[in-house]
Amino acid sequence: MIRLVGVYKRFEELIVLDGVDFDVSKGETIALLGPSGTGKSVLLKHINGLIHPDRGEVYVDEQSVPQLGRKQLATLRSRIGYVFQFGALFDSMSVAENIKLGITDQQCSSDAKYCSARVVECLELVNLPADTARKFPAELSGGMRKRVGIARAIAGEPEYLLYDEPTSGLDPVNADVIDELVVKLRDTLGVTSVVVTHDVRGAFRVADRVALLKEGRIRAFGTPTDFRESRDEVVREFIERDFGALPEA
Amino acid sequence: MDPRRIVGRYTLHALSHVGRFAAFFVEMVRTLNEWRIWVPRTFEQAQNIGYGSLFIVLLTAAFAGAVTALQASYQFQANLPVYIVGGLIVNSIVLELAPVLTALLLAGRIGARYAAELGTMRVTEQIDALESLGRSPMSHLIIPRVIAGTLMLPVLVIFADLIGIVAGYFFAHISSLQISSADFIYGARYFFRPWDLWYSMIKSLFFGLAISLVPSYVGFTTKQGAEGVGRATTAAVVSASVMILFLNALLAQWLLTNA
Repeated sequence: MIRLVGVYKRFEELIVLDGVDFDVSKGETIALLGPSGTGKSVLLKHINGLIHPDRGEVYVDEQSVPQLGRKQLATLRSRIGYVFQFGALFDSMSVAENIKLGITDQQCSSDAKYCSARVVECLELVNLPADTARKFPAELSGGMRKRVGIARAIAGEPEYLLYDEPTSGLDPVNADVIDELVVKLRDTLGVTSVVVTHDVRGAFRVADRVALLKEGRIRAFGTPTDFRESRDEVVREFIERDFGALPEA
Repeated sequence: MDPRRIVGRYTLHALSHVGRFAAFFVEMVRTLNEWRIWVPRTFEQAQNIGYGSLFIVLLTAAFAGAVTALQASYQFQANLPVYIVGGLIVNSIVLELAPVLTALLLAGRIGARYAAELGTMRVTEQIDALESLGRSPMSHLIIPRVIAGTLMLPVLVIFADLIGIVAGYFFAHISSLQISSADFIYGARYFFRPWDLWYSMIKSLFFGLAISLVPSYVGFTTKQGAEGVGRATTAAVVSASVMILFLNALLAQWLLTNA
């Protein structure tokens, strides 16, 4: 379970998160919506300790993330897969080497066959052919890079998956492929997921619950149906940009 | 604007860098126990630095030796015994020119590369990705670069010493001085002290640490996209070069005046 309590974060004069309360139950998929630059990615990075809050608490399985030591944090991070907005693949490494980074060194050195088989298995899970393993990130399209990023994130068999704008910059067909992948991974791996996005359609398709982040706070949090029926002007304005005008609830 | 505010702001900025640099260094030292990860990567980096820089280092040393010999032949005509030129060339190359020129050269070549590589990795979230996979950027990226840079500079300086001295002898021989090999060797041995070589190596180790650690820190803490990478690269080369000149004066005072 992931729980954020009163998380406050500022960068110099800019207040990015202003008391965010947020929780994700085990096995659940949450979509975090919000306009660009509202701190969605910053919030996501609090969950795996890449950013520490100025105030407030961040818990993963009742462990306070900001208070974890170096080793404990590394252990926690190995249980959390993180999919970066632009893939964040290592340019100088092949796809296989990138994915192997997601598997522990102990596993790879004690069982090289498992390691290679796991690379192929992860590529298949994200609908990429096995021969992609030999390629380098520069040889891949944007959609393929995102999928390799997902493959790397799931290689260590994480319990949690954090997706940072997994469909941004993709055409609608590829965006649908990624959305289907998020659902497939939830169903096949049973992971708990947080998907940061500004794609309302995608969010409604993949999420059990949706949160809207606005001006550093969670403005609305509920099921996709709750959102569709919301009377909140901010929520309606945000949704109508993707769906057109909605009938009065 | 109030000058006190400006001074205060710059002081705070400098102090924050000192604090972050100290934290960076402590974290690096704490991660040294992950040797299974950084040792193989250190060999890769050492090969890049050593093999990749050898030609330009030797070329620079050869020119430094040649110019020292030619200037000596211009200044020493008929005034002093020619064997002094042997001592002058060897001491100039070993004590100063080879370590300092090699270090300044590598501050540009390696320092810029480290800062640009790490800066790009920072702004494209590759370093965040490494951390999110439960891996330490220190053992994967920083320690191999710092150790390779620190250890390879003395090796390159030894080559630079040799080529600089040979080039110096050759140009002293063909210049108006026409120094013989016997005179050159006599002068070189007359003024040579074994400590000079130790001094050259100790200096090179410090310079190697400066040209790898400072740019690694600057690159690692890069912000603000492509512009930030450009700024970090420039800052890394300038900081490393200034650090070399500062260390050069400090080590001369510390190691030569007490020798």
